[in-house]
Formats: sequence, C-alpha cells, structure tokens
Amino acid sequence: MTAAPEMLAQSGRLPFALEALWLVPLLPLAGFLLGGLVLRPLKLRWLPQVAAGFVLASLLLSLAAVKAFFGLFPPGSEHPALVTGAIDWLPVLPGLSFGLGTLIDPVSLLLLVVVCTVSFLVHLYSIGYMADDPGKARYFVFLNLFTFSMLGLVLAPNLLQLFVCWELVGASSFLLIGFYFDKPSAVSASKKAFIVTRFADLGLLLGLLSLAWLGFRLLPGLQAAGAVPPGLEAADFALLNHPAFHEAVLALPPFVGLSLLSLPLLLLLMGAAGKSAMFPLHIWLPDAMEGPTPVSALIHAATMVVAGIYLVARLFPAFAAAVTPLEVAAFLGALTCLFAAVIACSQDDIKRVLAFSTLSQLGYMLLALGVARADHALGHTAGLFHLFTHAFFKSLLFLGAGAVIHAVHSNDIWRMGGLRKKMPLTHISFLVAVLAIAGLPPLAGFFSKDEILRAALEGGHTTVYGIALAVAALTPFYMARIYLVAFGGTARSESAKQAHEAPAIMTIPLLLLALLSVCAGWLPMAEYIGLDHGHAAHHGIHWNIALPATAAALLGLALAGWLYTGDRRARREALASLLGPLGGVIRNKFYIDEIWLFFARRVIFRGISAPIAWFDRTVVDGAVNAVGWLSRALGASLTLLQSGQLQGYASWMLAGTMALVLGLGMLLGGN
Amino acid sequence: MGPVSFLLALPLLTALALLLTPGHQAERLRGISFVGSLAQLLLSLGLAWGTWQAESGLSMDGLRDTQLHFMERLSWFPSLKIQYLVGLDGISASMLVLTGIIIFTAVLASWQMQERLKEFFVLLFLLVAGVFGVFVSFDLFLFLVFYEIAVLPMYLLIGVWGTGKRRYSAMKLTLMLLLGSAGIIAGFLGVYYGSGLQTFDLLALGRVDYAPALQHWAFPAIFIGFGVIGALYPFHTWSPDGHASAPTGVSMLHAGVLMKLGGYGALRIGIYLLPEGAKEWALVFLALTTVNIVYGSLGAIRQRDLKYFTAYSSVSHCGFILFGLCTLNLMGFKGAVIQMFSHGIMTGLFFGLIGMVYGRTHTRILDEMGGLGRVMPWLAVSFYIGGLASLGLPGLAGFIAEFHVFLGGFFGNPWTSQTVTRSLTVIATASIVVTAVYVLRGLAKVFQGPQTNPAFADLPAVRWNEKLATGILIAVLAGVGLFPRLLTDLITPSLLPILARLGGTS
Repeated sequence: MTAAPEMLAQSGRLPFALEALWLVPLLPLAGFLLGGLVLRPLKLRWLPQVAAGFVLASLLLSLAAVKAFFGLFPPGSEHPALVTGAIDWLPVLPGLSFGLGTLIDPVSLLLLVVVCTVSFLVHLYSIGYMADDPGKARYFVFLNLFTFSMLGLVLAPNLLQLFVCWELVGASSFLLIGFYFDKPSAVSASKKAFIVTRFADLGLLLGLLSLAWLGFRLLPGLQAAGAVPPGLEAADFALLNHPAFHEAVLALPPFVGLSLLSLPLLLLLMGAAGKSAMFPLHIWLPDAMEGPTPVSALIHAATMVVAGIYLVARLFPAFAAAVTPLEVAAFLGALTCLFAAVIACSQDDIKRVLAFSTLSQLGYMLLALGVARADHALGHTAGLFHLFTHAFFKSLLFLGAGAVIHAVHSNDIWRMGGLRKKMPLTHISFLVAVLAIAGLPPLAGFFSKDEILRAALEGGHTTVYGIALAVAALTPFYMARIYLVAFGGTARSESAKQAHEAPAIMTIPLLLLALLSVCAGWLPMAEYIGLDHGHAAHHGIHWNIALPATAAALLGLALAGWLYTGDRRARREALASLLGPLGGVIRNKFYIDEIWLFFARRVIFRGISAPIAWFDRTVVDGAVNAVGWLSRALGASLTLLQSGQLQGYASWMLAGTMALVLGLGMLLGGN
Repeated sequence: MGPVSFLLALPLLTALALLLTPGHQAERLRGISFVGSLAQLLLSLGLAWGTWQAESGLSMDGLRDTQLHFMERLSWFPSLKIQYLVGLDGISASMLVLTGIIIFTAVLASWQMQERLKEFFVLLFLLVAGVFGVFVSFDLFLFLVFYEIAVLPMYLLIGVWGTGKRRYSAMKLTLMLLLGSAGIIAGFLGVYYGSGLQTFDLLALGRVDYAPALQHWAFPAIFIGFGVIGALYPFHTWSPDGHASAPTGVSMLHAGVLMKLGGYGALRIGIYLLPEGAKEWALVFLALTTVNIVYGSLGAIRQRDLKYFTAYSSVSHCGFILFGLCTLNLMGFKGAVIQMFSHGIMTGLFFGLIGMVYGRTHTRILDEMGGLGRVMPWLAVSFYIGGLASLGLPGLAGFIAEFHVFLGGFFGNPWTSQTVTRSLTVIATASIVVTAVYVLRGLAKVFQGPQTNPAFADLPAVRWNEKLATGILIAVLAGVGLFPRLLTDLITPSLLPILARLGGTS
C-alpha cells in the first residue's frame, strides 16, 4: 500500500475528481463557516437545507473520485496511494515538517463513501427530526463541523493531520452530545465523552511524538540508501507503513521488552480504543446517547467511533510488522464484543441497547484486524468490510429508533409496542436492519460477519473464533428483543397508541439505508481493498463458516421469539432467577462506570487536586507571607507607602525608579 | 526618530493627551484611549510586517548573529557605555503584536469602567510603554528601566482599582517581582563585568564566552528573576491573588503581556548570554516547570472563583513557556514563544470575559452561576472557544504551542539526559487531560445546566465593545491555530542565533 514514487510525481495529471478531492472536507467547512458566521446570526430559515447541500456536494464528489480511481486502477489489481492537494502546514525543523493533504487509496475512499453517505442522509433526516427545535441552526452548524473533521481524518496523509482532525471530531461530538445544554445529564455525558477520549488521546499524542521522532531519526539514512521514495516526511503514513522503515526500527534496541515499533503502536492503539470505545474506555459511549438521536446515528454508530478501527487499518502494515499490538487488538476486540453484547441483552432503553450493540460490533471489527497478519490479511479486509456494512444498518437502527422516540416520546422499549401497524415504513426498515445485523443471508451483515469468522478460524485463533460465534448468537437475540418489544404485540402506553408515521423527509433516508443494508454486502470487497491479491481473493459463500454462523443467528432469534412474543413474563422471570445475582451485575454494566467514578472523584479530586490547592494556599503561599511578615516587622516604614493618595503613590514610584537608575549608575560608575 | 521610538512614544503621547483632558469627560477619555491603543496596534502590526519581510530575505543556514531591524542606537550615559539601543527581531515583533492586541482589547473591555477613568488609563498606557520598551530594548540597562516601568504601575492599578484584598495582593505582587528584579540585576551586573567589555549592549555581549563560574550562578539568578514574573513554581503565588484582585483591563494586560516578560527575558538574555549555565541548570528547571504544568492544572480543578480558576490555569500554561525554553532546542523555543503569544491572547480573552460576566452577575463564584448560556450566548460561545484553545484543541493557537513544546521535550538535547527529559515530557502531557477536566467542569458550571438563580434571567445584552474585543481575540486564536506559519515563519530565524550560542544545530 506504499506510494509508488512515479505515482506521486504523476499526481499533476490525475482526473479532476481526484485532483480536487481536498474540496470534499472543505465543503462542509464552508458550510460550517457560512452557517455559523452568516446564516445563523441572520436567522435565515433555510440554513439546514444549505448545510445538507454542502454535504451532498461532498458526497457526489467522493462518488466521482471512487469512479475515477477504480477507472485508473481496476479492482483486483495493485492499488497505489496518491497524495494530492498537499500544503506544507507546519514546518518544525529542517527535515521535520507536517503537511496537510488528501491521501487517496481504496481504504480512504471506502471511508469517504461511508462518511459522506451517512452524513448526508442524517442531515436530510434531521431536517425533519429537528424541525421544531429552537436550537436547530446551532445543530446543523455543529453537524457540518463534524462532517468536515471526520472527512479530514479519513483523508489524512500523515499522523498529525489525523490527530488534528481526531481532536476536532472529539470536540464536535462533545458539542453535539451536550446539545441540550439545559439538561444536566446531557452536560455530564458530553464532559464524560470528551474527558475519557481525551485520556485515551494521551496515548495517541505520545505515539505520534514517538513515531515523529523515529521517522525524523531514521528518514535521512533510509533516503540516502534509496530504501524509501523521496519527498516523504517523518509522520507520513507512506513512511510509517514502509517495510524499510519497519526494518530500521526493529533493528533498534527494545525498551522494557517491547520493540520500538510495538511501543508507539500500542500507544496509538490506546487512542484508538478510546475513540472506538473499547473496554475499559467504553463508558462514554452509552452516555453519549444523551445527544439528539440522528447524532448518535452519525457520530456514535457509523463514523467517529470507527475512527479507531480506521487508524489500525490505516497503519496495518506497521501493526503487522510489530505483531504484538495486533495480538492486543484481537484480545481487546474479542473481550469488548462479548462483554458489550451481554450487557445489550439487559438494557431497556432502546438507544442504550443500540449503543452497547455498537460497542460489540466495534469489538468485532477490531478483533478482525487483530487476527490478520502480514501473510494472511483477510482480517484486514473483513474488519473494513464490516465497518462498511455496519455503518448502514447501525445508522438505520438509530434513525429508526429516533423516529420511534419522536412518536412515543420515550426511550423505554416497555413503553412502546404495537408500532408495526402505526409506523409501517419505519417498521419495515427497522426489521431489515435487525435481520442485517443478525447476519441472515443475503443481507449485508451476513457477508461481512462471514469474512470475520473465516479470518479468525483460518488464522488459527480458535478462542477468538469461539467468542465471535457466541456473539453471532447474542446479537440477533438482543436485536430481536427490542424489535419484538417495540414493534410487536400491542401498545403499552398512551403515547404508543397515538404514535404515527414520521414525515417523508425522515422515512426516505430510512428506506435508502434499508436498501444499502440489503445490498452493501454484495460488493466483492476483497477485490477493492484486499491486501493479498495473489491468493484468497475468492469471493463467495464458505459453507464451513456460513452454516454455524447462520445456525447461531437463528438460535438467537428463536430464543428471543420464545421470550418476547406475546406475554412471556413467566419465562423471563424463570430465566432471571436462573441467572441470580449475575443478572443484576449485567444490568448494572458490570459496575465499570462506578469504578471510574470512584477513581475520578475520590482519587483525583479529593486525593490529589484538593490537597494541592490547600498546599499551594497554605504552605507555598504561607512561606511567602511569612517572609513578607518578617520584612514588614523589620521595616515599619513600608506602611508610609499606603497613604491611599494617588500623588503619593506616583511620587514613590518615580522616586523608586530614580533611585534605581541613580544607584545603579553610581555603583557602576564607582568602578 | 525611527518607527520603533515612535511606537514607544505612542502610549506616552496617549497618556499625555489623557492627562490634558478633564477627568469628568468620560467619553473623550475613552475616545482618546481607543484611538491611541488602535494606533499602537496598527503600528505594531506594521513593524511586525516589516520584520517579517526582512526576515524572509535571510538565509536560514548561516544565521549566527542576531539581526536587528529598525535599529536605533544613541549613546545615553557614555561613561558607563549605556545606550539607547532599540530594534526588532522576529521574537520581539511577535510580542509587540501581542501587546498591541491586548492593549486595544483591554481598552475595549474597560469601556464601562467609571472610577477615576483618567488615572486608570494613564497608568495603563504607562505600563504599556514599559512593556513595548522591554520588547525592543537591546541594551540591558534600558531593558531594566523599561522593565521597572512596566511592573511598578501594577501596584497602583491593583491597589486603587482592585477588588477584594487588593492592598495585600498589590503589595505581595510588587514585592515578589522586585525580589525577582534583584536577581535579574545581579545577573546583569555579573554579565557586565564578566564580559570584560563593560557594556550593556546585548549584541556585543552575545559574542562573548563567559567563564563557567559566572554562568553557574548568573544563569539561575536571571532565570529565577524572570521566572518570578513568569510564574515559575514555587514563585508563582503572587499570581492568583494578583489576578483575582486586579480590575479586568489590568488582569488582561498582566496575564496577557506582563507575565510574558518572564519567558522573553529568560530566553533573550538568560539563555542567549549564558548558554553553558542553561545547559547546566536545564534539568532542574525542567523539573520545576513540569511541576508548574501539572500542579497548576490540578490546582485549578478545585477552584471556586473564576479568577482563581484562570490564574491557576495560567500557572500551568506559563509552565509550558518555561518548559519549552528548558528543552534547549528549536522546537521547544518555538513552542515557548508561540505559547507566550497564544497564552497571552487566551488569558486576555478569559479575563476580559470574566470581567464581562462579573459586570452582569456581580459574582465570580462558579457555584452561584449556572445556565448562563441561555442569557449570554455570545459570552458563552466566546468562553467555550477560549476554553477549547486552553485545553489545546487543534485549530486554535494553544495546540500549536503545546505540540511544539512536547516535540521539543520529546526530542531533547545533547546536554541533558534524554530519558529524564522524555519522562518529564510524558508527565507534562498528562496536563492535556487535567486541563480538559477543569475547563469543561468550570464552563459547564457557569453556562450549562438549568438556570439556578432567577436574578440572572434578564441581564444586559452584550455591547459592541465587548463583541469587538472578544471577536478580535478569537479571530487571532483561530488565525494562529489554522495558519501557524504566520507566527513560526516570523520567529524561527530569530531563534537560530540563540541556538547557535548553545552550539546546537536544531
């Protein structure tokens, strides 16, 4: 995936769509500036439409870019990485500079399509969803800001641009989670999201510093030896993914038992785990559901939370050369996907179920990347494939949930029921998404999940495969549970009885996403983004994988049906008593939030911060006051200064300055 | 009279014009201050533009001598070889722009001030003359004179116009800073005699190699002397009280500009003249400034008063300036100067906003506010942008500074242990999390959540002068954050001679 030098040089003669790809992030930025500085202050009513228009332009341009790229380099062939529109943004040292630009390769194009599509549909949906909200101008301005940041992130040709945009998506996510800023729960959720991911970003920052340092040290030698193409900078992905760079780094002495390649990548993985909400940094994501529901669909399901997965995929050659970070990734992914799926089965808030489901699916993606290796990169393709399909069905689930919440005015699935008849379009699209995420053929989730399971099994990771298979049964269970409770049966509340279908501006995005959730899996993804073209590019159904996976999915669906169709309270209570106290532990999300809260409140605030504030005011400042008191006791004449008369002060000041000048002059003159 | 002297004369002329205006003509006093400060801002921008033009013509490789632009040299006390030597390089030019922006916005933010308006503005401009003077002086004696002119009006400005325990704060601040001056003067005298030249000419002094024994004591004397005003731990305690007691415009100038004199002097004089001393002491000060960074931010979490909150945050952020200097490499130096600039703008914005909020709510206690975002959206948005800059959000100036400082600390230098430097840097990076904690907590308490106090339901709308002041400061934060080369291209050539004195290449 490294940039061929002739391709970089040739980049002056690329098709327009590729040459102008830098416009893709800048269009929403223009929307943000126009909206925030002009349209909102002028209170113009068509701000949402303008905001959506900018994103539509980005979407069209990225689709044109995909067409142009695969026109130049047909699927199945070797794909170069192009960099266009580069500017020298931050020259730090001679030999160390950070640029901004757009990196074009199949992976960035894949993310580009995902981000633009989902963002545009969410903008469209939000026009209806936010129609009556007094803060909707602010909402759309932030949404444009987010889209800009996310597009800048996926197009980043180097680690610094990625970091910059990474922080910006975090900030826009913060602003949107806390959109209802009168609501204390929304405010604390937004703070929690920002601070937890910021904590993880410490890893990203240190990883960036380490890799910039390594790149700066090694680049001149590599360039002199002709091992890497000219024109690279220290933090460029093209350098960090270059085999010659890996070789040079691995030749350096290890630090605390880790190679100098593993160490920064593990730090980056910490950042990725924060953004993609891996255990134990996942605590911010369920709370982030306090934001408006379309925001959850865009940011906390389809785009921002996959940034961590994208980072690992982007640096996959480096990760594969170091191996250890991939093993950690596989472990983290497997742990999170099982842990979150178990919790998802116990939650009653529809958005929280979806949030834990997102955690679980993100774990699935990371697990897939973690089981891939340099010589067996199927997991890399599978992880990205799942990222692609998941974006559509998960954002559909959120938007469907949003339509339901809009109609029922509650998040609690036990206050819904019978919505199947009242909201037919929402119902059908939600059902498609449920079946897609359940992994039933021939819907999108089936194909990508199939690839992940195959990658784990063929890579020899039996435990990971077992966990993934278990999750393949749990996922349909909890999805069918919310579907059956919310849409099946009869209405359980007054508002559910009066619920009616959402307007067309909201249902059209739902139906489009439903279409994508059906078809997205039919793409021969390996031919587009696969790393090993020589072999294993065979696309199709692998019965040894598909049969157990589909059986697991059907088992999950059947269990949900057994527990949740009609009045099955007795069965559920029997199951609950079977679980005993474990059920409570699961419902309370294994008390991870409480552990973190204890750490923040007791250890940081009371244990460290309060003593420091006291120490500063009492001990350090006390020492200063003691010196002051002593000197005042010695020279009572100082009180003369405090006459309270301005002239007095001024003359003292003048006299002091004069004395200083004269005294110094005499001192020096006397020599 | 050259343009630099004219810039020095401008605040004095403004002060003179104010003195000649009767004290009860408030509108005219404000008008004079507005025009005067605007002229200072424009002239400092013009000078920076001229410096940038001249610097961009320089070749970066052979730059070993400090290049002065707009230089003026007059003999002042020939017997002592004291000169009036002023001029500009990129570092001073960037500081002039900072000062120009802060004085202009401080005048705007002090618009609603009533009490002894005339004397207040006169002292404010006197202070600014001193600050401008420090940044353009290339003669140590002249530097010192201006330095004292900049520091002393603070006593009156806080003592007379302040709030709370203003006498105590003013006295503490003045005494501590004078104590710092004692160290600076001792160091200067050491250099004056130690050079064998018996001159205060910084350019001439910068070509001398000083005896190790002299460097050994003179460097810490100068560094700590400047460190006091730069809030070096544990000499920072004047700052929370001083800021808390000072009126808005004074806090803006003080935190925005005056505290920068510390970092400026430590770099321009301490490290430049005494490179061996700097190498010897770097690790000690690196450790102290790490304490600054982390301790200041942890201390800020528990503060209840908006001004104390910002003051502790400043202790942390000013730590970055001195930390960057102690890394003794180009990235750290750049980071330090960018941080001087960006922290100046940022705290200027913070203290200005605190004044505007206080002017409406008459409280600065965090717990007594809440939900103010609904009633003062402009101030809330500005505060949030300032807060995001302060926690180092990319796209705003603070990130550029912190990133350079972290790079500097991470890359280290040949003279101090790389393992220790890097470990201290890792500790310092923890502040980006702690800063996020206190900034978001503090701002949420003030602006978010339900409105707790019914008295705040109907507060005066934001005025034009307040919009202009905050708008300018925010635009500068974003400008530097998005186009960092505006600043780095200006200062880098001027840092190279200092590095050359150290014997380093990068």
